[in-house]
Amino acid sequence: MAKKKSVKTNVPSQKVLQELHRKMVRIRRFEESAGKMMEDGKIPGALHLYVGQEAVASGVMQHLSNKDWITSTHRGHGHLVAKGGEFKPMFAELFGRSTGYCRGKGGSMHISNMDLGMLGANGIVGGGPPIAMGAAFSNKFKKNKNVSVAFFGDGASNEGSVHEAANMAALYKLPCVFVCENNGYGEYTPQSRHQAIVDVADRASGYGMPGVICDGMDVMAVYEAAGEAIERARKGGGPTLLECKTYRYYDHVGVRGMGLNYRTDEEVEEWKNKDAIEAFEKRLVQLGVMTKKKIENVHNAINKDIEEAIAFANDSPYPLPEELLDNVYNEET
Amino acid sequence: MSEAENKPGRELPYVMAINEGIREVLREQKDAFIAGEDVAIAGSVYGYCTGLLEEFGEDRVVDTPISEKGIMGLGVGASATGCRPIIDLMFMDFVGECMDEIANQMAKMRFMFGGKATLPVTVLTMGGAGGSLAAQHSQSLEAWLAHLPGMKVVMPSDAYDAKGMIISATRDNNPVFVVLNKASLAMTMEVPEGSYEVPLGEACVRTQGKDLTIVAFGRMVHEAIASVEKLKEIGIEAEVIDARSVQPFDTETVVNSIKKTHRALVVHEAVKFGGIGGEISAQIQEEAFDYLDAPVMRVAAPFSPVPFSPALEQIYIPNADSIVAKVKETLAL
Repeated sequence: MAKKKSVKTNVPSQKVLQELHRKMVRIRRFEESAGKMMEDGKIPGALHLYVGQEAVASGVMQHLSNKDWITSTHRGHGHLVAKGGEFKPMFAELFGRSTGYCRGKGGSMHISNMDLGMLGANGIVGGGPPIAMGAAFSNKFKKNKNVSVAFFGDGASNEGSVHEAANMAALYKLPCVFVCENNGYGEYTPQSRHQAIVDVADRASGYGMPGVICDGMDVMAVYEAAGEAIERARKGGGPTLLECKTYRYYDHVGVRGMGLNYRTDEEVEEWKNKDAIEAFEKRLVQLGVMTKKKIENVHNAINKDIEEAIAFANDSPYPLPEELLDNVYNEET
Repeated sequence: MSEAENKPGRELPYVMAINEGIREVLREQKDAFIAGEDVAIAGSVYGYCTGLLEEFGEDRVVDTPISEKGIMGLGVGASATGCRPIIDLMFMDFVGECMDEIANQMAKMRFMFGGKATLPVTVLTMGGAGGSLAAQHSQSLEAWLAHLPGMKVVMPSDAYDAKGMIISATRDNNPVFVVLNKASLAMTMEVPEGSYEVPLGEACVRTQGKDLTIVAFGRMVHEAIASVEKLKEIGIEAEVIDARSVQPFDTETVVNSIKKTHRALVVHEAVKFGGIGGEISAQIQEEAFDYLDAPVMRVAAPFSPVPFSPALEQIYIPNADSIVAKVKETLAL
């Protein structure tokens, strides 16, 4: 059985705490604004919002540098924001503009930034883990100390690709961490209807790696559990399966969702009462790390950045027709 | 076009030419490795990895589990992060096990990321019928792969091309499938020592003729050449073009030939319906309609799975006789 992580008492430095907070607020504000932009018709296509799960991306990414690789999911904006993604090229990408990170070729489901070590959101459930395993193989091959982290959901945990990647990562003792964000649903199907287990981390022993469970609504719990797993990977100890119990506030896709009767409003409210950002802000005040005023300033500054980024995206040109066939192939020899 | 002039006198079977190709690549490219089922200790089920483990060691000659999604994901992730992997997919039929990694990740990542990812990954795989390996180990599925924007697909017909195309594929900065043919493994010819390239995307005129152009793929090149002798007996001079590359396809060489011969026949081992021959035939009619004196014809496998019994398999695979018959039909003889 997977080990449930209890949070130790040693508190990270004030700098780390403030960075964790800033990451989470940046994700929340980006996602809420993206949702609004979609409602306003500015964002075409599909949008899978990360709101509710901010503690996971923030707690994990706090341990990574730009040289560490991650693979993300269809719900990928939060991972990119936490990895250092800038609002302007992110909004521009969602708007389908040429100034976007992917020059408007990828959009929400394929948003990426190789310079930040982000190997893309992925429209295929379970698409990321084999790639993250390959990136970890690369790191081991090159004998550097970089790690890779594969984010995936409870839904993806049933994909064969995830099992194959996990088995190979354990077999080769790769510097790879598998982070399962268990938000209780595979699209619109509750976990109890898509797998016979409650803790995805229980599968870790079957792969030959440790399985750890943590509260994905507590950024300090994620920070601590991810820190141990990443340090282990960096030191050559091999992969870990870290399961973070979390929840998404919005529907599988979009803002208002499809009106499908698959979960209750009460359940959503229950999880919102455990909101990671609100709880952490209370704690920061209690710990004397930040005053309410300072927290407000963080929000205001981020809101201002968001406004500027949306204006930038809005004013950015669409890709030109002649750009359509660019980058199908790499023409450089 | 006429590499034959430069070949020194040393004969090698196709299988050992593959071995030499891989060996040259591992010697000259420090970021290259080969990974696949049974490649290291066993030296591959075909024998073309013999001696590689001894020369290059376990870090660069890597046995994998029977996990095609994982293996192909390894190729995607490792190539996107600075390695130049050679991925060995034992049978071409196994693309079904990893088509997501091939079609949705490997082929598209560069485009989706706006040109910011480069995937210099070479996949070696074995296609073709002829050994009573039946429906799941004998297919020619190159059309599945050639249909994917971002993917290159080549089919070396002989030992010289197999070695040179493996080297060219690994030097290319795109995903390349090198589709080998299991019925050609023992075919021997002169192959130079050391490193040389056979360019991707260039067809090769194998025999000159004035009456008809035969465009052949992979092993069918040898059947086409065998048909030339038989056709001579009835006074027909056929020009055989070895397509060599499926994607990109060298339309120009084919069209130039048809300008001279005014008739064309396309020959492949894959089933006719939806096979690459339909595409080539359409291209010829788009580019050279005014030069044609007869409809473009095709010789291909019938629309059935590859049969097991030698009695059936023998009639299933196109050969020199079926080519001769179709040539006569084309020329209304």
